[in-house]
Amino acid sequence: MSTIVSLPDQSTARVPKRNYLTNENGLLSWLLTGDHKRIAILYLISITFFFFIGGALAGLIRMELLTPQSDLMASDTYNKIFTMHGVVMIFLFLVPSVPATLGNFLIPIMIGAKDLAFPKINLLSWYLYLAGGTMTLAAMITGGVDTGWTFTTPMSTHFSNTNVVTTGLAIFIAGFSSIFTGLNFIVTVHRMRAPGMTWFKLPLFVWANYAASVLMVLGTPVLAITLVLVVLERTVGIGVFDPTKGGDPILFQHLFWFYSHPAVYIMILPGFGVISEVISTFSRKRIFGYTAVAFSSMAIAVFGFFVWAHHMFIMGVSNYAVLVFSLLTMLVAVPSAIKIFNWAFTLYKGSITFETPMLYAFGFMGLFTIGGLTGVFLGSAGTDIHLTETYFIVAHFHFVMVGGMLMAFLSGIHFWWPKMTGRMYPEKISQLAAVVTFIGFNLTFFPQFLLGMLGMPRRYAAYPPEFQVLNVFSTAGATILGVGYLLPMIYLVWSLKYGKVAGNNPWQATGLEWQIQSPPLTENFTTIPIVTQDVYDYEWLERQKEHEVTHVG
Amino acid sequence: MDHLSPVIWQFLIKWLTNFAVIPPEASRIAPQVDALLVFMTLVSLVGLTLVALLMTAFSILYRRDRNPVATQIEGSTLLEATWTIIPLGLFLVMFVWGSVLYFRIYTPPPNAMNIYVVGKQWMWKAEHPGGQHEINSLHVPINQPVQLTMISQDVFHSFSIPAFRVKREAIPGRYTTVWFEATAVGTYHLFCTQYCGTAHSAMIGEVVVQSPEDYKKWLAGSTSGVSLAQNGERLFASLSCNACHNGQPNSRGPSLADVYGSKLNLTTGQPVLVDEAYLRQAILNPSAHITEGYAPIMPTYQGQISEEGLISLVEYIKNLSSNYRVQQTLNTSALLPESPDKKAAGAQGVAKP
Ligand code: HEM
Ligand SMILES: [Cu+2]
Repeated sequence: MSTIVSLPDQSTARVPKRNYLTNENGLLSWLLTGDHKRIAILYLISITFFFFIGGALAGLIRMELLTPQSDLMASDTYNKIFTMHGVVMIFLFLVPSVPATLGNFLIPIMIGAKDLAFPKINLLSWYLYLAGGTMTLAAMITGGVDTGWTFTTPMSTHFSNTNVVTTGLAIFIAGFSSIFTGLNFIVTVHRMRAPGMTWFKLPLFVWANYAASVLMVLGTPVLAITLVLVVLERTVGIGVFDPTKGGDPILFQHLFWFYSHPAVYIMILPGFGVISEVISTFSRKRIFGYTAVAFSSMAIAVFGFFVWAHHMFIMGVSNYAVLVFSLLTMLVAVPSAIKIFNWAFTLYKGSITFETPMLYAFGFMGLFTIGGLTGVFLGSAGTDIHLTETYFIVAHFHFVMVGGMLMAFLSGIHFWWPKMTGRMYPEKISQLAAVVTFIGFNLTFFPQFLLGMLGMPRRYAAYPPEFQVLNVFSTAGATILGVGYLLPMIYLVWSLKYGKVAGNNPWQATGLEWQIQSPPLTENFTTIPIVTQDVYDYEWLERQKEHEVTHVG
Repeated sequence: MDHLSPVIWQFLIKWLTNFAVIPPEASRIAPQVDALLVFMTLVSLVGLTLVALLMTAFSILYRRDRNPVATQIEGSTLLEATWTIIPLGLFLVMFVWGSVLYFRIYTPPPNAMNIYVVGKQWMWKAEHPGGQHEINSLHVPINQPVQLTMISQDVFHSFSIPAFRVKREAIPGRYTTVWFEATAVGTYHLFCTQYCGTAHSAMIGEVVVQSPEDYKKWLAGSTSGVSLAQNGERLFASLSCNACHNGQPNSRGPSLADVYGSKLNLTTGQPVLVDEAYLRQAILNPSAHITEGYAPIMPTYQGQISEEGLISLVEYIKNLSSNYRVQQTLNTSALLPESPDKKAAGAQGVAKP
């Protein structure tokens, strides 16, 4: 029989005095830090800030859509608000969320390294992120942008008289932040693994972030160039996209989606990583088909580059291009399906508990499955014609990105919170928050599939009255969802001071990060670990514990 | 699907329509799109239920208090192959089915009647060959294939008729086409679905499907008296196109009679098919394609003709079927009350400077 080690006795337990948080004090020690963990915290704070801005804007969008007329705000204002909502959520939240916070914090520890390969570049990328974010906010406050986050030309280059240039440059700058993060991760994973940490002993979280990093490094420069072209076209009229000068507006679409489709995988892959860790831990099992899951991340990263034109099926790309891109889109859906079933089968003969991270992971499974399946509706060219540019799209990408990515992010934040802060959060209320989020989410976004089927176009401030009922459901759901997002914000901050002391390994998880103290020391490991056991080796963990118990006892 | 079981099909359609899950089916293609949509929905429901069942069953069977010790399992090639191949197979079916549908949706039958549509911030302008114009509405006859040739004058717009299950972008600088055959008399939504700026959500119109008799009445009631081709002819004269393209043996420009639909040889040695897009380009950007045997002397008309004007010119050129006809139409237009002076031409499609 295994012995379950109980948590340290709460009355005497202390958070270790010396850790990365207390190592140095003062604002400057944070602003000039090279410690990947502190940078992760800086990111976490700034990303949360932007998430709530984006969320407030979402609230305004939904309020406006409560009634068919555009009565809460003028349609210009509405256009600026959904543009900013999209820009902030995509570029300032979804893209950096998991890699920059959890990835930054965990990747070095998971592979047994003391830091990332380039600590200063890591800090620089946070500053770039912040600069980009601040510029975006400045653009929003000083008049806004109304092009949609997709910056479609010639709308953005010739017909919008809003802050397109500022916003474009802001995203350009923030883009470098993600290029640097990606580079840093790739080099770190290649060069800094502890002795014995072979590629196939890497936790799946590392695999997933590695795959996303490849995409960031290869894809983001294309976005950067595209934005520069837009800015040049707007300011000096170079005419690459302007048909009256022999340019081609469709070229913009190709360039933009060449980044932005892979960007979807930049956003979701790190989330996959989180889910793998969480499901494995709370069912105490190695991920079913570890290799398949690792390789499917890479497959998604590679194939993700060859499907961009599925955003253009109705734009007059040639029929044969449509065939090819539709086929490739179907193929790239397969690795996602593989992952879902592998995760589900990880539960088989497991020993499952349902702590908060696991609840979020279950939420992820359901919502991402729906998001993925509806993607197939859009990948199939004939049905895409009817559904694209409607609320079906809005529902689809919110299911994938918000239902998938955000659930994964919340799952990961809860999962590693004890490691990052040394404290537990209150379990009951956090479970409640997970359930409220799930219900609110479905009520918000499921009606949007129906709206899309019925043909309601996206980016409409006003709509025909017969769509109102479903919109009212959606707005009601958004309110519940909002509560679901606010709750963690409150109890997590609360837990920093009042939470129970977590101990090193509150979840009894495998993985190097759980073998060190919480919160970790600045140098992570006092001696570089030598990795002998397999990843997700729970039997090894049990043996360790028995060993410990006999020692202590 | 509707030939498999008409009863179930009718039930599904009635039920779904009453509960407003899908819009009315008002075109020849709509039931075909819906069949694939229903198929996909069923497959998705099965897939989702399967995942949900597995997770619920495992969660109940293997929760910690029932199963304190997990059994470590590496994986199973057989199982993994199963859930790779089955989704792959299903996705491929959807790919093939969807592609067939796509080609059907975007390949017009040869007998389709053509209507031009110009999208601009923020309205849809439809131009019937007979010279009827309408804004944010489109009248079409029932049971008759209609092709729309579309272009945008400013930003991307997208022409969407949910009840017909068709949609196509109107793009600045190039013609796109879409066709449909309406099957139920009535009025349906016409949306602009590509975000196009301030009044995007006001760029809504209606498609009115009429019986052939009503459609004829509507045509007669809204004619401006000048067909597109006639308007084009006037532009042709007022812009002095006819100074070079006059069909004479020694004229400086090639004859345009019968040029539409033919293959032209260019000085580059490449043949091109003359279609609407080619004609439009040849007017705006003549130096890009010089017809064999002619000097590159044609000036560009970029910025001087509006999209409506171009449409009229193109329609005029399309209708020039012989030198005899050039003569004939020129004669008829001489009989028109208005003389083709610059002012009238300005109103009819010459871009204002
Ligand atoms: C309470 C939660 C949310 C609600 C109610 C909400 C609502 C909406 C709605 C109604 C739109 C469509 C605007 C339109 O097309 O007219 C939209 C667009 C969008 N949302 Fe959300 N959203 C929420 C959360 C999020 C989150 C968390 C993210 C990302 C992390 C996100 C990312 C986006 C993006 C990228 C767009 C596209 C913007 C565009 O069309 O340019 N949303 N949202
Ligand atoms: Cu429009």
